[in-house]
Amino acid sequence: MVLVFAEASKGQFKKTALEAVTYGYKTAQVVGGDCVVLTLGEVDDAGQLGKYGASKVFNIANAGFAEFDSQLFAAAIGNAAKELRAKVVVLSHTSMGKALLGRLAVRLNAGSVAGAKTVPSVDGNTLMVTKGVFSGKATAEYAISSEIKVISLASNEIPPEETGTPVDVENLNVDLPAPKVKVLEVNLQSGDTAPLPEAELVVSAGRGMKGPENWGIIEDLAASLGATTACSRPVADTGWRPHHEHVGQTGVAIKPNLYFAIGISGAIQHLAGVNQSKVIVVINKDPEAPFFKAADYGVVGDLFDVVPLLTEAVKKFKAA
Amino acid sequence: MKLLVCVSKTPDTTAKISFTDDGSEFNAAGVTYIMNPYDEWYALVRAVELMEKGGGTVTVINVGDASNDQTIRKGLAIGATDAVRVNANPKSALYIAKQIAEHAKDGNYDIIFCGKESIDYNGSEVGAMVAEFLDLPFISFGNKFEIENNTATIEREIEGGFEKCQVATPFVVSSAKGMAAQRIPNMMGIMKAKKKPFVVVEPVEFPDYSTPVSYSLPAKKTGVKLVDPENMDELVRLLNEEAKVI
Ligand SMILES: Cc1cc2nc3c(=O)[nH]c(=O)nc-3n(C[C@H](O)[C@H](O)[C@H](O)COP(=O)(O)OP(=O)(O)OC[C@H]3O[C@@H](n4cnc5c(N)ncnc54)[C@H](O)[C@@H]3O)c2cc1C
Repeated sequence: MVLVFAEASKGQFKKTALEAVTYGYKTAQVVGGDCVVLTLGEVDDAGQLGKYGASKVFNIANAGFAEFDSQLFAAAIGNAAKELRAKVVVLSHTSMGKALLGRLAVRLNAGSVAGAKTVPSVDGNTLMVTKGVFSGKATAEYAISSEIKVISLASNEIPPEETGTPVDVENLNVDLPAPKVKVLEVNLQSGDTAPLPEAELVVSAGRGMKGPENWGIIEDLAASLGATTACSRPVADTGWRPHHEHVGQTGVAIKPNLYFAIGISGAIQHLAGVNQSKVIVVINKDPEAPFFKAADYGVVGDLFDVVPLLTEAVKKFKAA
Repeated sequence: MKLLVCVSKTPDTTAKISFTDDGSEFNAAGVTYIMNPYDEWYALVRAVELMEKGGGTVTVINVGDASNDQTIRKGLAIGATDAVRVNANPKSALYIAKQIAEHAKDGNYDIIFCGKESIDYNGSEVGAMVAEFLDLPFISFGNKFEIENNTATIEREIEGGFEKCQVATPFVVSSAKGMAAQRIPNMMGIMKAKKKPFVVVEPVEFPDYSTPVSYSLPAKKTGVKLVDPENMDELVRLLNEEAKVI
């Protein structure tokens, strides 16, 4: 049996949770048994996860789940996995999932793969799973040989698929420790674009922008596409843009469907975090910029002329 | 306070990544190594800052073979008081975490720091594993860290923002950009490092449950299609009709 932890934020399931359930369903088809989903705390309409392949949904009710404490959450998922005799536990490779995966590996005496990109294949009692390594510069296939396996699924790898119908939600009771971490404040950027790690469209800009006062054209382009904005490291380091926008080897690693690199040279450390993007468009006035080698589409030109024209063209396309 | 910082050695960020012909192993020929940036710039520097302000010790720990000694000495040069290397050739995160937990369990550490992730295997797992082995709270991706009277206030990265939380010692924290700023070791630090305690201990036995067995490099892009800078309608058309991404 495969147990999926479906992560919710303010009671709502995120796209990454639907991806994890779809992944759990596909994994169950390979390893055998059902795909069972676990939800924690107050969530809206957990039964809908049946549509993505859950044959059963359990919920553990506890007021403590309103705040994230990795010890509490790992105890809940780990104890549920033991009680339900899960063979594979699936999480999302999100900030929450990353804090839980290692804990669950210890709790369940399990081998783990962090940030899986493929549905496992089976080789006897061993599961084979691939993940990105060297900050996206390569892919590795892992063999997990322990009896129980824990896997976190990288975002934007397995699209959610509706394969079933809503199911009933059952309550589950497990032993839980008292939380030791207190959340004082949650600060989310306003706006309705997806956070970077989950974004499908990203508009990113670098030092070629000359200064923070020029970012209006980047924001306009992003708004016209419904894209999330990002930046190169020196841009974040000098405070032109907030740190959370920094993508690359030492920033956020992303894999959107479409990545615009505007006024970014394409240093190896930058490419490491973005070169898994499905389609890359580079806008740079220097035809020798290394980024063109990693690009699908390129525009050699001054970004201050090209970007407003592009925004116009996008608006025209959207209006048509 | 007694602080422990977990450090790993990774290929330099500019290293050309390649593998043996059969794809079974990383090709280390010609690769220079560095201390994992998250461990060095953020975890270690913040720990050293706390010691400079409030006293105590900073121990760096690494699980690896003797070729890691240079990296560990850099940790001492940056300001750690002493170092431990667990003499092993680790193949999995759980094995590494087990060794660190073995060292830490009787060490009475107030805080165990590690980096957000290593830039080679990108697992983000070791900190959480150490915390679970020791049954301690774990805060991941801290980008601001203050402590007063044994209670730390930490800002941690979450999707689309941050969360401010509070936890009492002892605990484990993983460190992300913002927690501290890179320090370049000076000559004095490098000289002093040579005299600081550096012990090598043997590992406890522990299995490898999850190991990489083969590697591959991404397919090369077939070549860039250039679009006339005056004709952005054409770019939009290509993205829609050819690439099908908008
Ligand atoms: C250990 C380490 C880790 C690192 N990690 C990261 C990381 O995670 N992410 C990251 O991004 N970097 C990282 N870097 C830094 C990286 O090496 C580069 O310095 C950085 O990516 C360069 O940023 P940039 O492309 O914005 O700036 P530059 O390299 O200065 O490039 C600016 C580009 O803009 C173009 N340009 C200028 N004016 C215009 C115009 N009017 N119109 C069009 N184009 C124009 C130029 O031709 C140039 O190509 C790291 C470095 C180290 C040493």
